Amino acid sequence: MRFSHVSRAFGDVRAVDDVTLDILDGEFFSLLGPSGSGKTTCLRLIAGFDHPTAGSIELHGVEVSGLPPYERDVNTVFQDYALFPHMSVADNVAYGLMIKKVPRPQRLQRVDDMLEMVQLSGLGGRRPSQLSGGQRQRVALARALINRPRVLLLDEPLGALDLKLRQQMQIELKAIQQRVGITFIYVTHDQEEALTMSDRLAVFNMGRIEQVGTPAEVYEHPATDFVVGFVGVSNLVSGDVARAINGSPETFTVRPEKILIREPGAPVPDGLCWVEGQIHDVVYLGAHTRYRVDLDGTGTLTVTQQNVDSTSMDVMAARGRRVRLMWHRIHNRRVATHA
Amino acid sequence: MNAAAASPGRRLSTFFYQRPTLALILLLAPPLLWLGVVYLGSLFSLVVQSFFSLDGFTGQVVRRFTLATYKDLFAPANLDIVIRTASMAAAVTVAAAVAAFPVAYYMARYASDRIKALLYLGILLPLWSSYLVRVYSWKLILAKEGIINWGLAQLRLDGALEWMLALPVIGGPSLSVSSLGMFVVFLYVWLPYMILPIEAALERVPTSFIEASGDLGARPRETFRLVILPLAFPGIIAGSIFTFSLTLGDFIVPYVLGNSALFIGQAVLAHQGTAGNIPLAAAFTVVPMAIMAVYLIGAKKAGAFDAL
Amino acid sequence: MPFDAAVARVTTGRPSTALKLATGAVLLFLHFPLAIILLFAFTTEDATFSFPPPGLTLSWFAVAWNRSDIWEALTLSLQVAAITTVVALVLGTLAAAAVHRTRFFGRETISFLVILPIALPGIITGIALRSAVSLLGIPFSFWTIVIGHATFCVVVVYNNVLARFRRTAHSQVEASMDLGASAFETFRYIVLPNIATALLAGGMLAFALSFDEVIVTTFTAGQQETLPIWIFNQLTKPRQRPVTNIVAIFVIAATFIPILLAHRLTQGTSEVAGTGK
Repeated sequence: MRFSHVSRAFGDVRAVDDVTLDILDGEFFSLLGPSGSGKTTCLRLIAGFDHPTAGSIELHGVEVSGLPPYERDVNTVFQDYALFPHMSVADNVAYGLMIKKVPRPQRLQRVDDMLEMVQLSGLGGRRPSQLSGGQRQRVALARALINRPRVLLLDEPLGALDLKLRQQMQIELKAIQQRVGITFIYVTHDQEEALTMSDRLAVFNMGRIEQVGTPAEVYEHPATDFVVGFVGVSNLVSGDVARAINGSPETFTVRPEKILIREPGAPVPDGLCWVEGQIHDVVYLGAHTRYRVDLDGTGTLTVTQQNVDSTSMDVMAARGRRVRLMWHRIHNRRVATHA
Repeated sequence: MNAAAASPGRRLSTFFYQRPTLALILLLAPPLLWLGVVYLGSLFSLVVQSFFSLDGFTGQVVRRFTLATYKDLFAPANLDIVIRTASMAAAVTVAAAVAAFPVAYYMARYASDRIKALLYLGILLPLWSSYLVRVYSWKLILAKEGIINWGLAQLRLDGALEWMLALPVIGGPSLSVSSLGMFVVFLYVWLPYMILPIEAALERVPTSFIEASGDLGARPRETFRLVILPLAFPGIIAGSIFTFSLTLGDFIVPYVLGNSALFIGQAVLAHQGTAGNIPLAAAFTVVPMAIMAVYLIGAKKAGAFDAL
Repeated sequence: MPFDAAVARVTTGRPSTALKLATGAVLLFLHFPLAIILLFAFTTEDATFSFPPPGLTLSWFAVAWNRSDIWEALTLSLQVAAITTVVALVLGTLAAAAVHRTRFFGRETISFLVILPIALPGIITGIALRSAVSLLGIPFSFWTIVIGHATFCVVVVYNNVLARFRRTAHSQVEASMDLGASAFETFRYIVLPNIATALLAGGMLAFALSFDEVIVTTFTAGQQETLPIWIFNQLTKPRQRPVTNIVAIFVIAATFIPILLAHRLTQGTSEVAGTGK
């Protein structure tokens, strides 16, 4: 799928602003960003529910802008599942085949196969209103996949599920994608979800793409301060403090798990940089603890440490203590800041 | 890709997909043509006609702009009709508001959900029954030999009734041919239209307002006067729009229960009929339109449209 | 908030006896005329309405059955109501679809325009249509009656269908098109089943409205008599009055029952499928 300088304006507001993007066959690609960043609009442009005001969209080399949704080889899993309430689960799943006039015996067989794949065998006779949220989500998935599209669009499909179910579905979705081998384009605002499931992802902000890359690239080498803040915890250091640490006042970032906490005045090994400050806040998260440290000078850094051999009482007592933070220089990344 | 061949239905659907404005125009055209052209057009032609006049000699409508017809409207006989109708409308409106308020108040404040549903049904039932039949029923009830007279006679109150019927404006030969009778029937047919908006407005008064008023020292009567009544007022106005407008235009009730003193509705019917004086009929029709327009603007300012 | 309501009831006191009496009186006032009509269908008297009725009889039903003018009026009313309903269904659905689906400048105007015929007193609609029809030189006939009725019946269908459109998630339509259905197929398989009960309710309301209508009809009819016009003409004739009562009861039932059914149909909530939120 290729976006070439695609824009979608609503009056003065540009929901999608000059976006160019290539998505490869068979990829699990995520569109990540906060609400209103344009990621859902892009998805709708691919599906055909909306027209771009500028630019072109190609699917397998074919320009699709004038094609209605039913002529595109693309299927969508909607955020609210959009199951047809007056039809049974089986009829919902079979809908696309019914429209294509697939003969009945094959239709029934394929519906059974599909229900088995999403682990809903035997529920074909039920109505959507009789299913749980997780079950409805699988029906929506089955209904889309049964048409064997070359691209599947998913619009925040797991948003309504509770945490455990969501994590389980993430694993299942990824497994299905790898088994079926088609391209998944996945919209989410949850950066953890995007990092877990994607082969590659694009970070959206206010209609534009801030960065495209693999999860590791985006996390380890964030391109802009927005990406730093949105993917993972933001640790932006600039100005005098930056000069003291790094030798130049340009803004840089370092990931919180890379920072070590030591006593003030502790020796600093070669290749590491350091700064001193006072622990302002401690958040105990079970497996690890998050410290917010107010640096001498200005700024704060967030540090996470695994609770290897400390208890909750130990870590909570750390509040207010003065500490020296140190980390390898190689973890410092310069970031472009928005004007 | 789709195995289904590109049938004419699909091609047409794709055609409209690429031209959404055209699709919209086609969707809107039939209803718009009907309502816009037929209905609005006829309303417009009606107002235009009121500026024409009827030639007394030939009996033909003279299609030239003139205010003579409107001047006719101000002739004493015609002005009488307007005043008579407007007064009746006002009287009915006030009475309806007074009669409707207790019921609406009970429904909104005290009735449990089940009772409220029953009351709703009880009020809507007469509304859903045929309007003409309900008017007709009163002819039976108010007839000289009917139940009202029989009841009053039983209570030895028939003297009082005779006295009332002898009064100049509201009286008449019998109850079923009198202004008093018309008043009762108008009240009867429009009452549900007044109860419902008032009930809706009262329901929207949060109980916390009433509690706060009591908490601040007001006695129940003061709370009613200073808090509840003003908040219910938009509902009263909304209901009054119905009662006023419906009375202004009605000709059935005066026909069934009235005498030779005409109401606006009857005047319209009479003039456009055999007399063929469409301009005067149109001018008469403009009167309720104008009155209602002024009333609606005032009602909008008073916030009545939130209560509808 | 049942608890809140209970607290309110306690703090605002019980309703006074006067209030309860007033409510009861008003309800009695609203209903007893219908009872009177029912009663006088059985009276033995021909030309007057003396209370109490001198005797009770069922014979008037047979008389009504044999009156051909009643049957003609009834047939005409049914035909007009049927065609009016169809026209109102089509126009109302088209207008509701247009208003619902697109943000365009004239939306509010359309809603206002649709409501106008029923909001203005019948006499205005009546005479406006009459003068327009005579201006165009069309003779008054069955079709002019239908035109008059359809004009104010559109709004009941429009309101019902629009409310149902608003309650249906638009994503269903998109999902259907996404799965390969054209706009027409989507209408047939998805939209129509969803608005079916709204169409039914609107249609029944339109039918009842048309069946009962008398004011506009007096202006737009030629020599024809619909059932309400028949009743209207009977009011000055002192013969066989109980027959009028019987027809009146029939008209009450014929208008009241569809409206009640329509009310029931639009009470139930249609669930929007799939939202776990």
